[in-house]
Amino acid sequence: MAGLGAFLKGLRVTGKVMVDTVFGDGLVTTKYPEEFRPKPQRFHGRHVLNRYPDGMEKCIGCELCAGACPARCIYVRGLDNPPEHPVSPGERYGYVYEINMLRCIFCGLCVEACPTEAITMTHLFEMSTSNRGDAIYTRNELLMRPDGSVPHMFPEDPLAKMSELATADGWVRATAPSGVAAYEGVQAWQGTPGPASWAPEPTQEELDA
Amino acid sequence: MDRVDILIVVGRVLLVFVLLLLTTVFNVWLERKVVADMQNRVGPDRAGPWGLLQTVADGLKLFFKEQVTPAKAEYGMFALAPLLAIVPAFLMFMVVPFGQPFTIAGRLVPLQGTELNVGVLFVLAMSSLAVYAVVLAGWSSGSKYPLLGGVRATAQAISYEAAMGLAMVSVIMFASTSTVGGSLSLSDIVAGQAGTYLGFVPRWNIFPQVVAFVIFFLAIIAETNRSPFDLVEAEQELVGGFHTEYSGMRFAMYQLAEYCNIFSMSAICATLFLGGWNGPTFEGDVPTFVSAILPTVWFLIKTYAIIFSFFWIRATMPRLRYDQLMQLGWKRLIPAALVWLMVSTVAISVRQFGLPWN
Repeated sequence: MAGLGAFLKGLRVTGKVMVDTVFGDGLVTTKYPEEFRPKPQRFHGRHVLNRYPDGMEKCIGCELCAGACPARCIYVRGLDNPPEHPVSPGERYGYVYEINMLRCIFCGLCVEACPTEAITMTHLFEMSTSNRGDAIYTRNELLMRPDGSVPHMFPEDPLAKMSELATADGWVRATAPSGVAAYEGVQAWQGTPGPASWAPEPTQEELDA
Repeated sequence: MDRVDILIVVGRVLLVFVLLLLTTVFNVWLERKVVADMQNRVGPDRAGPWGLLQTVADGLKLFFKEQVTPAKAEYGMFALAPLLAIVPAFLMFMVVPFGQPFTIAGRLVPLQGTELNVGVLFVLAMSSLAVYAVVLAGWSSGSKYPLLGGVRATAQAISYEAAMGLAMVSVIMFASTSTVGGSLSLSDIVAGQAGTYLGFVPRWNIFPQVVAFVIFFLAIIAETNRSPFDLVEAEQELVGGFHTEYSGMRFAMYQLAEYCNIFSMSAICATLFLGGWNGPTFEGDVPTFVSAILPTVWFLIKTYAIIFSFFWIRATMPRLRYDQLMQLGWKRLIPAALVWLMVSTVAISVRQFGLPWN
């Protein structure tokens, strides 16, 4: 008889779940290609190379991202800026920039290593390819266009929402807006890829107040 | 026996065949949907409206797949076993009345495959035959896991068929009190359940025979090899059990037979215990065709209530261990069925003939 009680108890659980799923909000799955779930702010999707508002590339070809990469999937060659038409504000710029997306583990260490916030991550993760060569993203795919839009391997892909390329993962090691020393080490959220012109997050003291 | 009679017979058989095929298509979808809902999932919803054509798509796919035959298989038996599964599954439903008899061309046509005066025995015979399909499939596959599944099937079927038969006996004995002379025909058992107790409780056999109903219900779950008694095809232990080596259309036949069996067994359960197609027809208040079709609707509602509880239990219960299965069968269900048979025999005799000392 105790078995029967447990039996009915089990039936009640599944019955309740069914009622929740059919009539309530019990459904936990989404119909993915049609419905996109909102991703967490810090979601690590594919990379993008940013520009300054005046169109200058942020990447200075320092190879710190390649050094930080635990999967060793980033290959960078720097080249001296041509004096009359500088590509980046620094001494050099990223002449060759390649990320092998098959090797990348999307840890974000390259983003943290970058001294100029040149490389950030976006929310797009639909990157499947039919050959391995396509999985190596070069400067052509990674570097954002002067108007701020980001190129992608598959512009017509029905699965990929290109707008997600405009959403940065938000985890940027910001020294400061416009380099004010008071903000040294304060982390700030960035909603979109692009120039660092955002306000820093409030400090813990400000939050407590 | 002229041409009209032959046409009517062919029509009835075709009707049963098509009904079983359609319900199978629907039941596979329903099971996947119900189980999905009980697991917070969506379930099949791609093919057709609400995914209703999913089974058709699966069937088409299986139809075009290769039928692999293992090297060590006994080919003749291997090819025959799926047919042995599907034929009894279809035949079993033939004796179940699923609607009010109606008059066509001056003849009273009962809405069932065939009117058989030993319908209940026929059902028992067919449900035992279905075990041969599983056993022969397991043996002829020439492979370990199917053999284990087949051996399990024999023991399980024998244990639970006894309980099922005993539960049926007490129902038939009870039904014989309302039918003159008693009858093994399912349509007579349905007719005996017309009317009400005390004016409002339907005169179904489940109310006086509730213990027999519980035993019968458990036994038919085991008989159709459904979870939690699906040791025959236990995926986690036996890969696919008896149908491990089957593919393509032969595998589809086993699936079809399984769902046909579920529907037939639920229909028989509804017929024996839930009054079959009996129900209010509102004759005179609604158009004639509505009151003619309503009994079939009641029948389907009752059958699907039982099928739904099959799915519900499948989504809830973990599989029994083999010794638990045998204990439940031999130490619980059969003694309970025997005791209930005695109790109900005494009760019926007292009602029929009075107390022995009077």
